[in-house]
Amino acid sequence: MKHIKIINKTTLKDSLKKGGCGECQTSCQSACKTSCTVANQSCENK
Amino acid sequence: MIHKFTLLESNIVVDVNSGAVHVFDDISFDILDYYKEYSSDEIINKLSNKYDKKEIEEALSEIDELKSKDLLYSSDPYGKYVPLVDSKAVVKALCIHISHDCNLRCKYCFASTGDFGGQRAMMSKEVGIKAIDFLIANSGSRKNLEIDFFGGEPMMNFQVVKDIVAYAREKEKRHNKNFRFTLTTNGLLLNDDNITYINENMQNVVLSIDGREDVNDKMRFRVDGKGCYKDIMPKFKQIANARNQDNYYVRGTFTRENTDFSNDVIHLADEGFKQISVEPVVAAKDTGLDLREEDLPALFLEYEKLAKEYVERRKDGKWFNFFHFMIDLTQGPCIIKRISGCGAGHEYLAITPEGDIYPCHQFVGNDKFKMGNVAQEGIDISTQNLFKNSNVYTKKECGDCWAKFYCSGGCAANSYQFHSDINIPYKVGCEMEKKRVECALWIKAHEMV
Repeated sequence: MKHIKIINKTTLKDSLKKGGCGECQTSCQSACKTSCTVANQSCENK
Repeated sequence: MIHKFTLLESNIVVDVNSGAVHVFDDISFDILDYYKEYSSDEIINKLSNKYDKKEIEEALSEIDELKSKDLLYSSDPYGKYVPLVDSKAVVKALCIHISHDCNLRCKYCFASTGDFGGQRAMMSKEVGIKAIDFLIANSGSRKNLEIDFFGGEPMMNFQVVKDIVAYAREKEKRHNKNFRFTLTTNGLLLNDDNITYINENMQNVVLSIDGREDVNDKMRFRVDGKGCYKDIMPKFKQIANARNQDNYYVRGTFTRENTDFSNDVIHLADEGFKQISVEPVVAAKDTGLDLREEDLPALFLEYEKLAKEYVERRKDGKWFNFFHFMIDLTQGPCIIKRISGCGAGHEYLAITPEGDIYPCHQFVGNDKFKMGNVAQEGIDISTQNLFKNSNVYTKKECGDCWAKFYCSGGCAANSYQFHSDINIPYKVGCEMEKKRVECALWIKAHEMV
């Protein structure tokens, strides 16, 4: 495409297929302890 | 729903429901202002004084293509996956308050300088063991279980930390569990022996330091008022290097007194740290340290300044990671996790030295939220359900927010402190979060284009 660059097209909808195993790290345990960001956690079920 | 923004001369477009991220040129970016409400001919008319007709048509066709591929204006099918209140909650992580005492008297401490508003106390080995038994018993089929040793200052009760680790290791095989331990420390009591133990047993270490010496020592000082920077800095370098600069964070807090916090992040990077987290103060309402709406423009500029420096340094081989800029666009958390949020109050709980159970470390000391004790069977289901049923679909303000799948509804403790309701997001926190996510997406776009 000339006008648009796709940075990421992996869709969250795809993650419905294998998501929800619950094995990933609890976000607050990683570093923050005060300000919630979930999207920077890793998936354990890649 | 989409979110479009221009940051440091890049036009970035986020398709909220699919998670797709794009960089648009000026024509395609401007078209989006009209795309949903006007026909192609009307859009061409509106923009013809600014752009060539053929270029507008090309850009329109590219936008159509993204839309047809569900990468723009995609629908939201997730509501039905919201965690069900009546399903049994699984506990997978505990914040163990091993010590309700501290050898520092940090000005912003939400734990009332260590005692959480109660008596200064240490957890016994017996209570620690009961906490491990409680976690195993309530973890269902979850294999990976997490323990964070927290305080106060956990190193003031280090033998019990070791006892709990030994007990959990003894139990994990029999119960098919895998314990992961984290220790959060202010560093004052670190020495060669305990650093070796920590590096052998803790999957993650959080090292508390605020950045520049004067900033750190103004907030983080001993009982006699003396700052701690000079004592902790060499120990933190030792521990970070011994861990090959991985699986740790130097973790600072910024307040209204250092709204130029990007200098603190850069200071930590200049000192050689590769894993850095510097975060806004939370539980500081009415202290004068709390961040306010009028501080936001300056804070936004700081995040932008940091994002720019971050990209430059990573390009020049002087890389470091900043916790809030780390977004994995391809293998990040699944949508179920993003809907569920941080898990406080149901899958993540805090345990006091007495064994009392609270929704998370930030609620400790608030009797209204006491959920039980590890010495007794069961926990308060109504509180557990209150938290379990709090997510981006139950919070009115989150419905229209483009960042909802990045922050997952924000921090319940923030919400409660400012609104006495865990379902009303803390606005200043939301605005900062959105800015951080924009910067993180800009960094990704910059590094990938």
